[in-house]
Amino acid sequence: MDIKAYIALSVALFTIGVIGVLIRRNAIIIFMCVELMLNAVNLLLVAFSKMHALSNVAKASATFASDAQIFVFFIMVVAAAEVSVGLAIIVMMYRNVHTIDVNFLNRLKN
Amino acid sequence: MNNILQFVWLIPVLPLIGFLINGLGRKHLSKTLSGIIGSAVILISFVLSVLVFNQVRMGNGATIHFFDFIQLKALKIAFDFKIDQLSTLFLMIITGIGFLIHVYSTAYMHDEEGKDFAKYFAYLNLFVFSMLLLVMGGNYVIMFIGWEGVGLCSYLLIGYWFKNEAYTDAAKKAFIMNRIGDLGFLLALFWLISTIGTVEYNQVFDAANLSKLSSTDICGITLLMFVGATGKSAQIPLYTWLPDAMAGPTPVSALIHAATMVTAGIYMIARSNALFSLAPFTMQVITIIGLATALLAASIAIKQNDIKKVLAYSTVSQLGFMFIALGTGNYVAAVFHVITHAFFKALMFLGSGSVIHAMGGEQDIRKMGGLHKHMKITSITFLIGCLAIAGIPGFSGFFSKDAILAGAYGHNPILFGAVLFAALLTAFYMFRLYFITFTGSFRGTHDQAHHLHESPGAMTMPLIVLAILSIIGGYIGVPASLGGNDALSTYLSPVVKSTIHHLSHNTEYMLMGISSTLIILAIGLAWALYKKYSVPPASTGFGKLLENKWYVDELYQTVIINPLKWIAAFFNNILEIKLIDGAVNGVGKFVNYSSRQLRWLQSGQVGAYILLMVIGMLLLFFIQLFL
Repeated sequence: MDIKAYIALSVALFTIGVIGVLIRRNAIIIFMCVELMLNAVNLLLVAFSKMHALSNVAKASATFASDAQIFVFFIMVVAAAEVSVGLAIIVMMYRNVHTIDVNFLNRLKN
Repeated sequence: MNNILQFVWLIPVLPLIGFLINGLGRKHLSKTLSGIIGSAVILISFVLSVLVFNQVRMGNGATIHFFDFIQLKALKIAFDFKIDQLSTLFLMIITGIGFLIHVYSTAYMHDEEGKDFAKYFAYLNLFVFSMLLLVMGGNYVIMFIGWEGVGLCSYLLIGYWFKNEAYTDAAKKAFIMNRIGDLGFLLALFWLISTIGTVEYNQVFDAANLSKLSSTDICGITLLMFVGATGKSAQIPLYTWLPDAMAGPTPVSALIHAATMVTAGIYMIARSNALFSLAPFTMQVITIIGLATALLAASIAIKQNDIKKVLAYSTVSQLGFMFIALGTGNYVAAVFHVITHAFFKALMFLGSGSVIHAMGGEQDIRKMGGLHKHMKITSITFLIGCLAIAGIPGFSGFFSKDAILAGAYGHNPILFGAVLFAALLTAFYMFRLYFITFTGSFRGTHDQAHHLHESPGAMTMPLIVLAILSIIGGYIGVPASLGGNDALSTYLSPVVKSTIHHLSHNTEYMLMGISSTLIILAIGLAWALYKKYSVPPASTGFGKLLENKWYVDELYQTVIINPLKWIAAFFNNILEIKLIDGAVNGVGKFVNYSSRQLRWLQSGQVGAYILLMVIGMLLLFFIQLFL
């Protein structure tokens, strides 16, 4: 399958994630959008990894093709940790101010 | 007695001790005590000076070395005292007249408060110390220390009544004008050090005689020294401070601004006569400046109505005479005139102080008149002073002025005519002053008339002593033509060598005859004009010009002071306020303004931050991909 399709899908997902982060005010949805961006990157990494595995360069180095896939696992782990912390913050925020609107969090201003 | 020179250091140190005691203890000393201390130290110095004088007269002069004042690689300046014929003469004048004036001051200043009284004596002692340092110094640097010291004391004493703003202005004027002259002196010192690396008198003169100094060097150095002398000795163009210096107490005017300090310039040139004799151009300049000053100041004195101002301009004029003598190479006559002038001018200043004391502070001669009846001692001693300064034969001024006139005639008969004219003006304005003040009828208020009295003994005693000196002081230098042996020239010959053409006795008799006759005529004219004086209407034309002192102060105001003020205003308003302050404040204002604007970015909206972040990333992408 052509790599361009993967890139296009990945860019589309990432852009949706960015726009979601920018325009939504609900903290959980922003979170989901962040996850979307991370997964767009993951998808891209895996796609490039697969592409390189077929190339001649890969035959020279044993680990060349698998580097990107390892990064993907790292990202997944970091994302999981981030979600656990982030959701905890959101829960605490809801407990305190009964809203999860991020624009409500500018109370330090002035 | 031979070891008296070992105690020479006491002569200046005693006044210094007096200064310290009076200055530090001014709040605790009683008036009597500080007066006694102040006068006693000068009296002891005077006695020592006389003893030293006797030693030197026997030919025992010496340079006494104390310590090295400055020691650099190639330059060594010693702290020396030079005790020779010239310095001992000045020592006696300074301490002798200084003592009389200290005694006079105890009475004159008696109305002052205790601590001000002690302060006055402290300053006066400090002045005597500085002046002694000036004349005793063994090289130009020590002389310069004294030179600056007397300038400082002059400033302090002119501004003694510092609560009066006009007086402090006069003090500042004196100080600043002296500083201009001092700069010339200082440059002369630097020139000497840079060319021959020494400032010791004899080494300098030897270097000059052995042509180690080029004639340009000598001319430049002597001219710069003369600039210093014009400042200190009140010559054109730096003379205007001296009449203003009359703001100080009258005894101060007598001591500093007539008898001693203002003669420092003459002392310096007489001391450096070996150098000046090698600089004919400088000598010409000195003669011209001296003559111009003598005539200008004498013409101003004719129209002044303040008793002290008349005497002040008279001092400037007489100093001009001394510079004429110096310029014609007639150094001994200049020193002679310094001595006789110290006697009669101190006498007249103290006399005027006595008059002012009696008039309750009034200095305007238009409001005096007929004072002879009330204060006979003051009047008679003042008359003696006038006769002496006018140069009536027999009085001291006659001999010294005659010596100057004879020197001028030997130099150039036209110069003689001009100097004689200045001498006639002198006789005229002095007797105008005398007749207006002491004869006729009293023109002051009734209260003043009631208050008129002769001054106390502490004031009249110095007057009498000075009057006697004014009469006999001239006999130290009777010329050979009058059967004398000119003791002063003989005495000074080892250090001061006049370069004059000796005139035949008949010529001298003729000159004396001419000058004496004309002077008596001038006095007669003054008597005819002013014996019945009534306050004249405001003068016009030439008289007004003289009354306003040729508008020299106004000229300086326009030509020098105002442009300086404009420059100062330019620097202040444009450079300082607009440019420097503008730049410094501008940086601050810019930072303040821009941070105020940047503050709006910190909105607290998470979305806004992320948006900026995304824009930033997009920009980076853009740069990476397309640039």
